[in-house]
Amino acid sequence: MSMNNEFRPKIVAFCCNWCSYAGADLAGSSRLQYPADVKIIRVPCSCRVNPMFILRAFEKGADGVIMCGCHPGDCHYSTGNYYARRRMTLLFSMLEYLGIENGRTRVEWVSAAEGVKFSTTMNEFVDKIRSLGENVRLGDLRCKD
Amino acid sequence: MQRIGVFVCHCGSNIAATVDVKKVVEIISQEPGVAHCEDYQYMCSEAGQAKILEAVKEKNLSGIVVCSCSPRMHEGTFRKAAERAGLNPYMVEIANIREHCSWIHKDMEEATEKAVILARAAIAKVNLNAPLYPGESRVTKRALVIGGGIAGIQTALDIADAGYEVDIVEKTPSIGGRMSQLDKTFPTLDCSACILTPKMVEAAAHEKITIYTYSEVDKVTGFVGDFTVDIRKKARSIDMDKCTGCGVCQEKCPSKKTPSEFNRGLNTRSAIYTPFAQAIPNVPVIDREACIKFKTGKCGLCEKVCQAGAINYEQTDEIVTEKYGAIVVATGFDTIKLDNYDEYAYNQSPDVITSLELERVMNAAGPTKGHLERLSDGKHPEHIVFVQCVGSRCNDNRGKSYCSKICCMYTAKHAMLIRDKYPDVKVTVFYIDVRTPGKNFDEFYRRAVEEYGVNYIKGQVGKVAPQSDGSLLVQASDLLDNKQIKLKADMVVLATAIEPDPSVRRIATMLTASIDTNNFLTESHAKLRPVESPTAGIFLSGVCQGPKDIPETVAQAGAAAVKAIGLLAKDKLLTNPCTAKSDELLCNGCSVCANVCPYGAISYEVVQVNDHGIREDRRVARVNNALCQGCGACTVACPSGAMDLQGFSNRQIIAEVDAICR
Amino acid sequence: MQRLIDRAKELLADGTVVRVLGWKKGDLGFNPEPAYFETAEALDSDFIYDGFCGANLSKYMIEASKKDGKTLVFLKPCDTYSFNQLIKEHRVDREKAYIIGVGCKGKLDIEKIKAMGVKGILSVEGASMDSECETLTVKTLYGDKEVSYNEAMLERCHVCKGKEHQIADEVMLESRDTKDAERFAEVEKIEAMSPLEKFEFFKKELSKCIRCNACRNVCPACSCRKCVFDSTKFDEATKANVDSFEEKMFHIIRAFHVAGRCTDCGECSRVCPQGIPLHLFNRKFIKDIDTFYGEFQAGEDTETKGPLTNFTFDDVEPSIVTERG
Repeated sequence: MSMNNEFRPKIVAFCCNWCSYAGADLAGSSRLQYPADVKIIRVPCSCRVNPMFILRAFEKGADGVIMCGCHPGDCHYSTGNYYARRRMTLLFSMLEYLGIENGRTRVEWVSAAEGVKFSTTMNEFVDKIRSLGENVRLGDLRCKD
Repeated sequence: MQRIGVFVCHCGSNIAATVDVKKVVEIISQEPGVAHCEDYQYMCSEAGQAKILEAVKEKNLSGIVVCSCSPRMHEGTFRKAAERAGLNPYMVEIANIREHCSWIHKDMEEATEKAVILARAAIAKVNLNAPLYPGESRVTKRALVIGGGIAGIQTALDIADAGYEVDIVEKTPSIGGRMSQLDKTFPTLDCSACILTPKMVEAAAHEKITIYTYSEVDKVTGFVGDFTVDIRKKARSIDMDKCTGCGVCQEKCPSKKTPSEFNRGLNTRSAIYTPFAQAIPNVPVIDREACIKFKTGKCGLCEKVCQAGAINYEQTDEIVTEKYGAIVVATGFDTIKLDNYDEYAYNQSPDVITSLELERVMNAAGPTKGHLERLSDGKHPEHIVFVQCVGSRCNDNRGKSYCSKICCMYTAKHAMLIRDKYPDVKVTVFYIDVRTPGKNFDEFYRRAVEEYGVNYIKGQVGKVAPQSDGSLLVQASDLLDNKQIKLKADMVVLATAIEPDPSVRRIATMLTASIDTNNFLTESHAKLRPVESPTAGIFLSGVCQGPKDIPETVAQAGAAAVKAIGLLAKDKLLTNPCTAKSDELLCNGCSVCANVCPYGAISYEVVQVNDHGIREDRRVARVNNALCQGCGACTVACPSGAMDLQGFSNRQIIAEVDAICR
Repeated sequence: MQRLIDRAKELLADGTVVRVLGWKKGDLGFNPEPAYFETAEALDSDFIYDGFCGANLSKYMIEASKKDGKTLVFLKPCDTYSFNQLIKEHRVDREKAYIIGVGCKGKLDIEKIKAMGVKGILSVEGASMDSECETLTVKTLYGDKEVSYNEAMLERCHVCKGKEHQIADEVMLESRDTKDAERFAEVEKIEAMSPLEKFEFFKKELSKCIRCNACRNVCPACSCRKCVFDSTKFDEATKANVDSFEEKMFHIIRAFHVAGRCTDCGECSRVCPQGIPLHLFNRKFIKDIDTFYGEFQAGEDTETKGPLTNFTFDDVEPSIVTERG
């Protein structure tokens, strides 16, 4: 597969330790396939994900960034994902406003029991990023002519 | 720069079959900062860990990266190995190349490339790791058990027998739970009450056990070893100290039309009631929705007849606040609602009942005093049809995907008991599979078929139609004979799926304990930590974790108790050192971090700082390490970047991002 | 203006305050700047308050709060939002400030006058608080030119938040209604563009940035002791490397850092030497916050939790951004 010239996106997935990272583990132990383009970074909670990290990933060449956390109401720290939800909503809206293609960012709530959801989500997200192609705009935002 | 040792695990063929571990070693050896890199068959083995010790000594390593299974699996193992090698345990990072790589990819080249990138990210992170030191927190030597069924009672008894105080919170007026509603138990056919009541009495009499019935958990704060819980004692309208349990009030109560919860609505109870005769405590409650005094202000008969003067209409809910070191959830189950299953005519005919309702019918204290009779006309049935898997093992959204586990056995029990007591009654059971794994279970089922002549038909019931003569027409398929059959029955009993008690959702949220898509509480590890919630200090007992029969429930209740005891036996707990930390030179003192902290772990103080020669008094944030649980909400809220999370610092995460995107 | 000077002298004389934070005349007739005054003489000779005194003095109160004694500060209605926000964030000491809320008739933007083709400007008449604020007479090397006051106003005054001071010990001088545009009209215009148009628009604007940090330095919400862009807390490697992360993301991150705290005072756009409409970032966040979480005006009071330090259980999901199309 990797031999041809097919576009291989760089995708960063931030996963909270308690739900989504465990959900990703479950996807693994259930042998549910998703593309190797996805690389997971473990964070204690979705509320640890600074919008700066996401912008950083884009600036360094990521084509898509997804954040996964516990379902609202089920946060290990009670309220972390509620703050994360607001932060990401505003960030995504700002990215859209800047003309960054919709869909390069995503938030999905994945519980520790949702291995299937994790892998389905990753498959969908990779498909979406592949259809969008390489991310040039965010890396290019302040390039002087 | 750290001197990093990287260890790549084969995990037998689990990793090595998909990831070219030799190639990973070859590439990673060239990474800056990597002073040592090797692969090994099983890094978690004694020999694997010895390799870490050896390399740390020989190469003077300061940081370790293990490319292996999930950190949720062996991070602890490798941290301990690092500690034995003289390193700080927090100088270890795991690259998860099994669950997140070898197990989900098939192409070796791709998987190897990804494994290298994951290793680089871990190397980039460990480069910025700093030694961390856990703090200590105290343990309150008292346990809370939520739920007073057999699971909760057994857990409480075991913890109390070990010498620790235990409180049971039960939402209904009596402990006893579902087991108290059962008539006989499989596979020995003991009378349920005969084996449960002594346990209830023992729990009530135990000097270390406090029972809060008609009470609910209102609020939970704190963390392992140090939970603070608000228990709402709902207004019983009875002074528990005065009531003698004589029962006169219940006899005299003129409001007797409320469906009895205990008898599953098959008969009624008075507004002032105890759910059943052996209730503990034997103190009634007034159901204020049904009570004439509460509805109209008139009546007050119970107050007049109560010799002890125990009736108190003015009573209000009371909040008891108590501290606990451990919490055991034992919230049990209920049967599912059958609204989605119109084909069984459950809502149309009183002669279609659930198995739990049949338990009440068969019970001498039940609505029919134990006589097997049709609830519509009181006639003795000639033919009873049992339907298995009603709402269990369901592929559509009407029911539950899982097997309720207990139905095959209790149906065999019901069939056998009926055939034993009423040899004239014909019994037919429709099943998909008969599942009887358990000690003496299959023998029990075979006796039902062979000795008691119960007619088992493999097939599903498509429709139950009430007939004008009062009988029920059962249409079903017989899969073994491959034909459609129609049977005339007098009663149909539905082996209704069980589901976690609906109260568990609220409780799980309060405890921040995770639940699965079916609302069963999730265990920390499906095989190795089956009675622990992933949330520290929370343990699982009984059906709240998954369907179970009584012996399994009692076994798990004991296991949960032992885990709780193991926690309570400690005087101090080591706290997670991955806590937030504020740099006082960068802190604005703006309070935004405290606003988002769920634990109240951040306070402010005015300190004199020396900021590059400028000495001034500043308001700065202080993190209480015993309270901080390390979520990191504050770190993102902090505009200046003064607040950072140890072990997951901004620079560490950015280094991982950079390594992945490079 | 003389009334302000007289009142300031009184408060200095009776010991209520030990210094005055106001505006002093600049070297040209249209570039006053923030200044401290400690004597009656200094006030008499240098103090000015006219249509060009756009500078928001709230942020200077952070430093003034550390000094001994009270400071008299003049705040325009819109500046008082910033001051409240700074109280909320414990950055200024209310007890150290004596606030005179000054009226405002709309502040002027010399760049707008220049953009009208007026060259060689020497001074501008008709900007004083006593004037009718209808026309300005611009004295230039090439003679006098008449310019409409309203057309020379700062963008922010066209979307003025109102004449009310949110906090003040006393209020002096009359204000004028200047609002004649919708606050979010510009944002909506951009929202209506295609993704590529948006991107080209912002790329063009942001490419002008010279990273002079004027926006950051003037912003009352950007009051960190040390800016994340200057610290090594996030990334050491980029410090020596200008063409990288912070360079590209500076304005987006800055806007995010002040989201929910920005009062929309418009100072960032006012001071930008390159004329980048920086307020368009902040105002987008404000618009989104209003839409998603209910209307919120930072600095309206000193207590309410900011929208990013708050939540409700049924907040919208981030997917709303893609779903709304």
